[in-house]
Amino acid sequence: MAKIGVFVCHCGENIAAKVDCTKLVAAMEGHPGVAIAHEYKYFCSEPGQESIKKAVTEHGLTGVIVAACSPRMHEATFRTACAEAGLNPYLCEIANIREQCSWVHNDGEQATQKAIEITRSLVEKVKRNNELQPIEVPVTKRALVIGGGIAGIQAALDIANAGGEVVLVEREASLGGHMAQLSETFPTLDCSQCIMTPRMVEAARHPKIKLLTYSEIEKVEGYIGNFNVTIRQKARYVDMNLCTGCGECILKCPAKKITGEFDCGLANRTAIYTPFAQAVPNKPVIDSDNCIYFKNGKCKACQRICPTGAINFEMEDELVELEIGAIVVATGFQVQNTALYGEYGYGRYPDVLTGLQFERLASASGPTGGKIQRPSDGKEPETVVFIQCAGSRDPSKGIAYCSKICCMYTAKHAMLYAHKNHDGNTRIFYMDIRAAGKGYDEFTRRAIEEDGAGYVRGRVSKLWEENGKLMVRGADTLLGRPVEVAADMVVLATAMVPQPDSKELGKTLGIGYDEYGFFNEAHLKLRPVETATAGIFLAGTCQSPKDIPDSVAQASACASKVLALFSREKLEREPIIATNNEATCSGCWGCVLACPYNAIEKKDLTDRAGNLIRRVASVNAGLCQGCGTCVTFCRSNSIDLAGFTEKQIFAAVMGL
Amino acid sequence: MSEPFEPKIVAFVCTYCTYAGADLAGTSRLKYPPNVRIVRLPCTGRISPMFILKAFQKGADGVLVSGCHPGDCHFDHGNYHARRRWTAFNALLHFTGVPEERVKFSWISAAEGIKFAELIDSITEEIRQAGPFEQYHKLIAETGSVASV
Repeated sequence: MAKIGVFVCHCGENIAAKVDCTKLVAAMEGHPGVAIAHEYKYFCSEPGQESIKKAVTEHGLTGVIVAACSPRMHEATFRTACAEAGLNPYLCEIANIREQCSWVHNDGEQATQKAIEITRSLVEKVKRNNELQPIEVPVTKRALVIGGGIAGIQAALDIANAGGEVVLVEREASLGGHMAQLSETFPTLDCSQCIMTPRMVEAARHPKIKLLTYSEIEKVEGYIGNFNVTIRQKARYVDMNLCTGCGECILKCPAKKITGEFDCGLANRTAIYTPFAQAVPNKPVIDSDNCIYFKNGKCKACQRICPTGAINFEMEDELVELEIGAIVVATGFQVQNTALYGEYGYGRYPDVLTGLQFERLASASGPTGGKIQRPSDGKEPETVVFIQCAGSRDPSKGIAYCSKICCMYTAKHAMLYAHKNHDGNTRIFYMDIRAAGKGYDEFTRRAIEEDGAGYVRGRVSKLWEENGKLMVRGADTLLGRPVEVAADMVVLATAMVPQPDSKELGKTLGIGYDEYGFFNEAHLKLRPVETATAGIFLAGTCQSPKDIPDSVAQASACASKVLALFSREKLEREPIIATNNEATCSGCWGCVLACPYNAIEKKDLTDRAGNLIRRVASVNAGLCQGCGTCVTFCRSNSIDLAGFTEKQIFAAVMGL
Repeated sequence: MSEPFEPKIVAFVCTYCTYAGADLAGTSRLKYPPNVRIVRLPCTGRISPMFILKAFQKGADGVLVSGCHPGDCHFDHGNYHARRRWTAFNALLHFTGVPEERVKFSWISAAEGIKFAELIDSITEEIRQAGPFEQYHKLIAETGSVASV
C-alpha cells in the first residue's frame, strides 16, 4: 500500500500568492495513496527539509512529492533529503507549480486547479516509481588532449602536474598551434615565441605526458571514464628514435618551392621540413605529396645525407589504441576563407594580407626577420590600411558572430607597425572598438594616443590598384562622408572560424556543434567547459572565438574537471537507463537501430549445455544515457526506461 | 452567452529543451493560458504515440509534443526519431479520423521562453475554436477500448 507524502511549498509568496496551497493540500489529502499532505513557507530551507525527513520516518512514507519550484532547481536537494531519511532518492518527485503554474497564470482559481492536477499526476507517477541504485563505473586515469596549441598544452600540463597521465595529440608535425605563429601578444606585447616555446618544451619533456604529433583521432568508443580511442599516427618517414634533428636533410632537399603553411604562404619550405625553427619535437617530416621521390621514384637526397639513417621511405601510418578516462578537445580555429571578400582583393593583390600573415611579417622568426615589408616588392609600406570585421559580424557572408580578438590584434598591429616604421601612417576601418578585458581598453587607447593609430569608423566598400598603390574607398560615418586612402599594404582582420573538419570530429566524439562548427558546451553560462557528453570537455577556440587568456583559463578549468573525475576510483551515474526484459524480447533489433550510443548489444541466450537458444538485446549500462528512444521503438514492449517507465507515464497522464 | 469553452491540453516535452523553455517562460514571468499540463520526459525520442492516445482517452482536447530543435538534441538524434515517428503517426491519425489540429508538434529550445508562451497562447486558442474533442470519446464508445493500455 502506497504511503505518499505531499509537501506543498509556498516559496515565500511566489507560489502562495496565486495558488491556494491550503486547497491544494486538502485536495491531496483525500487522494488515494496519500498518507499526509503538508504546506510550509520554504521546504528547501533547513527546517523545511527536516520536516520532510521527519515525516518520512514517522509515517514510513513510500514516496514523496514536493510541489514547489522546477525540478531543475531543487530535485537534487529534496532527493538528498529523502535519502538522508532512508528513502530511496528516486522515490521523490517534484511537482513544478512555480515556473509552470503560479508564475505564468493570472487567475488564482485556475492556477490552483492546475496545481492540483500537476501534483495529482506526479502522485500517480511516484506510486509506480521503483527504488533505483546509482550505477558505478570504473575510471581510467588517463586523459586525452586533442590539439597541441596553447589551450591543449595548458590543459595537458595542468593535468600532468597534478599527477594525471596525459596523451597529447597534435595533427601537425609540431606543437604550438596558432600562438606559435604570433609575433607579440596583446596587451603586454610579450613575444609570443618567448612565452609559448618554453611551454611546448615543458609539455614534450613531461614524464606524465605522452606526446603524439602528426597524429589524428580515428575512432572514439565508450563512455566517461572508459573511452577506447584509436589514434592514427601518420607516417613521418623519419624515424623519431634515430633522428637527431641536425637538419642536414632539409638543406639538401631539392624540392624547395613548396608554400610554407607556418608562414601563411609568405615563405617557401622544402619537402622534408620542420614547420618552424623552434618546433617541438624538432625533427622533420616528409611531405609525401610534394616529395620528389614519392612523385617520381627518384631522389632520396635526404636519405643519403642523413648521418643516422633515420629516413625510412617504407614507413606507414600506425594505429594506436588507448584506454582513456576523459577527453579535452582543444582543436582551435582557422582563419576564414578570404575569397568571400572579393571586394577587398585578397589573392588578387599580393599586398593585401590577412591578420595572421601580418603576424608572420612582424615576427622576428618570420620570413622577413620581423621587418614589415610588402610581399610584392619588399619595400617598407608608408601607409597601411587595416580593415576590421572582414568576415565577422556580417550575416550576409554567413558569420553573424564577433571574432572577439580582431579589435585587439588590429590595435596591436598598428602599434607594431608604428614601432618599426616611425614615419608610417595607419588607417583602421572599424565598426566598433571592442576592447573588453584586463588592460585592453588602455591598450587600444595607447595605440591611438601614443602610436598614432588612425581610426576611421566605417566600412570599406572597394579596393583597387592605381599607380602602384592600393586605393581603399570607404565611409567615415562619424564625419558622414566617403574617404579614399592610398595604401601600400592592406591587412584584413579576418574572422576566426572552426577547423574545417570540426563537424567530423564532433561526430567521432559524439559531441554537438553549432551551425558554424564550434563545439557546443553543456550550458553556456554554468557549464561552459563540459559538453553534453559526459567526460568530454572543451578548451579554447574550438568552442568559440576567444583570446589567449580566455583559452588558458578554459584549459585550466578543463584540467580541474578532469582531475575531479580522476580523484575518484568509481563514478556514480544517474540510473535512468533502459532495461530489457529478455523473456519477451524477440530480437528484432529495432532498439539497436534507434540507440544513439550503440549501447544495445546482442546477447546469446544458451541452455545449460551451452547451446544457443536465441539472441536478445542487452543494454550496456555504462553506455546508455537514458534517452528512451529504444523504448518507443520496441515492438514487444520489452525495453523500458527506469525512472520513466511506460507504467509511470501512463499513470501520470491518467492523474491529470 | 455561456462561458467560453476551456480546452484541456496535455503536453509531452523533453526535459532538456522544451521543459527548460517552459521554466524560462516562468522565470521571465510571461503569462499564458492555464490549459496546458506538462508531462516531462527525458527526450522526445521517449514519447510513444500511445501516450498521445492515452491523453485523449483521459479527456484531453488537444496534445502538444515538443522537444529540442533538429540538430540540438541532448541525446544527439532522439528528436529525429521522434520527427519520423510523428510523420507516420500523423498519417495514422488522419486515417482514423482524428483531426490533425488536435495534435501539435513543435521545437522549442531552452532559450525560447517567449516562443513557448506564444505557442501555448496560439494552440489554446486553436483548440478552443475546435471545441471539445467529443468525437474521440464517441469513437471509443463505438469501437470498445481503442486506447486502453
